[in-house]
Amino acid sequence: MLQHLLNGFTVGSIYALVALGYTLVYGVLKFINFAHGDVLMIGTYIALIVFNFLRTFIEPSIAFIIAILAGIASSALLAVLIERVAYRPLRHAPRLAPLLSAIGLSVILSNTASLIFGTKSQRFEMPFNNTPIHWGNLVVTPYQGLILLTSLTMMVLLHFFIKMTRTGKAMRAVSEKPMVAQLMGIDTDRIIRFTFILGSALGAVAGILVSLDYKVYPTLGSLIGLKAFIAAVIGGIGNISGAMLGGILLGVLETYGVAVLGIPVGYKDSVAFVLLIIILLWRPSGILGSNKREKI
Amino acid sequence: MISLVLLIGIYFGIYALLALGQNLITGMTGLLSLCQAAFMAIGAYTTAIILTSHHPLPLAELIVIVVFMGSLFGAMIGLPTLRLKGDYLAIASLGFGEIVKNVLLNADKFTGGPMGITHIPSVQLGRILISPYDKSVYLIFVWGFVGVILWGLFRLQRSRFGRALEAIREDEVAASSLGLNTTLYKVVAFMIGAAISALAGMLWAIYNGSVIPQSFDFMLSIMVLCMVVLGGLGNYFAALVGTMVIVIISELPRLLGFSVLIPAQLDQILFGLILVILMIYRPEGLLGRPVSKRNS
Repeated sequence: MLQHLLNGFTVGSIYALVALGYTLVYGVLKFINFAHGDVLMIGTYIALIVFNFLRTFIEPSIAFIIAILAGIASSALLAVLIERVAYRPLRHAPRLAPLLSAIGLSVILSNTASLIFGTKSQRFEMPFNNTPIHWGNLVVTPYQGLILLTSLTMMVLLHFFIKMTRTGKAMRAVSEKPMVAQLMGIDTDRIIRFTFILGSALGAVAGILVSLDYKVYPTLGSLIGLKAFIAAVIGGIGNISGAMLGGILLGVLETYGVAVLGIPVGYKDSVAFVLLIIILLWRPSGILGSNKREKI
Repeated sequence: MISLVLLIGIYFGIYALLALGQNLITGMTGLLSLCQAAFMAIGAYTTAIILTSHHPLPLAELIVIVVFMGSLFGAMIGLPTLRLKGDYLAIASLGFGEIVKNVLLNADKFTGGPMGITHIPSVQLGRILISPYDKSVYLIFVWGFVGVILWGLFRLQRSRFGRALEAIREDEVAASSLGLNTTLYKVVAFMIGAAISALAGMLWAIYNGSVIPQSFDFMLSIMVLCMVVLGGLGNYFAALVGTMVIVIISELPRLLGFSVLIPAQLDQILFGLILVILMIYRPEGLLGRPVSKRNS
């Protein structure tokens, strides 16, 4: 039982990291960044290429760290570019326009990746020895440890960043009322750009971590993106702790669904969707979301 | 050569139905739905299962059942999500598409799994045999559907119902303050769109004589969306023009036999580019629609 909880937590913290990217952008722009999953997929590919190139000369663990940094940098750069080219011109357009533009981008990115890198999945060698550690009945692999440690650290850092720093405060202000934030002298364009950087950096880390086990392939981003988005909705979209909670909840329920309730593996991905429908019927604003009425 | 033209005509008709359904949902009502392919799959598999059973039903009853199944699934997705802001429909429909594909692949007993259902017999319309071998008859059959549905949609557009949909698209808050039950209208519009796509699936299944899950992937939904956006959202005639352009772009190389030279991804990248570029530079599409004079 505890073992499933641990496994679920590991998967869930990956969802949570990606969900944060959706929720952060939704917070400031009130729109679903459909291309988020594909941005992190590109970052993961770049990290893979850098890693495979570097590990011939240097220690794999150092190569891995450099690869992560390269993945983060490329994802962030891509996100900034996309925001500038495809989202900013549509900021005051009707609601449908940025959504369609984001979907278009998602399609462009995933197909460009499969054109350049091929549709075959590629292995991301683990840069460390992954022998499981037995802890009583519990089996923990160093890989799981890495995921848990990294994602928890990043979530805690993010939490303090949003709560304590000036930029974090500005982000909250833009999220609450962009117009007033601008009048108070906040450079909203800069904050929005920064939000995209933050979200895609978290996403890239999640993408790299998940691909150590599941390989790298061009549609890596779409499925994980879809689930992460559902996680964000479950927790309450736009709410940062909600994204973390939703991600972990989804991961745990998925693992339990297969291992304990005996849902066939082929339907594992459906768990998330059923959960989404339940949440939308029962509490549309998510578990932690505030039930704010729309004012006219 | 003549059979090539007939073939394109048949595909054009089937895609035109999908585009008309999408236009009712996205163009007229302003809801972003990303699962036309899933509704098409439901229509196609319903047809395949009924026609390959021991007691195949006559065409008229088949049509009724296909329309019923399409609108049933439309209601299933629409009811939980359409009470909320439009964005949720995008995600729920995306997830729904995934689930349908999962079920088709895994419920071997009914759907034949990845191999699909083959040997779907032809149908009788009165004394005329509708079979894929007689392309000109099939072309007339398909376009008969397009004609009837187009006529119905034009009638709908000019009715109280159609005006209500346009009011919802332009300003949902204003529409509901005028006493419209916006959720009801949105769900019904979504159900009609789903039923039209299911009919397209029926025509597809009878024409191809077999159905496989891979035909109904996410990219098909994107292609349909692209047709409607390219033509001009909210304009049925424009949806047909958009369909024609996309069908020619995507099917012609395949039919002329040099599709091996063009990777499939290029098509999809093109669809993505069409969405992004149109949203930025010409959101009203090629033909556009009369823009309501309203300052926003």
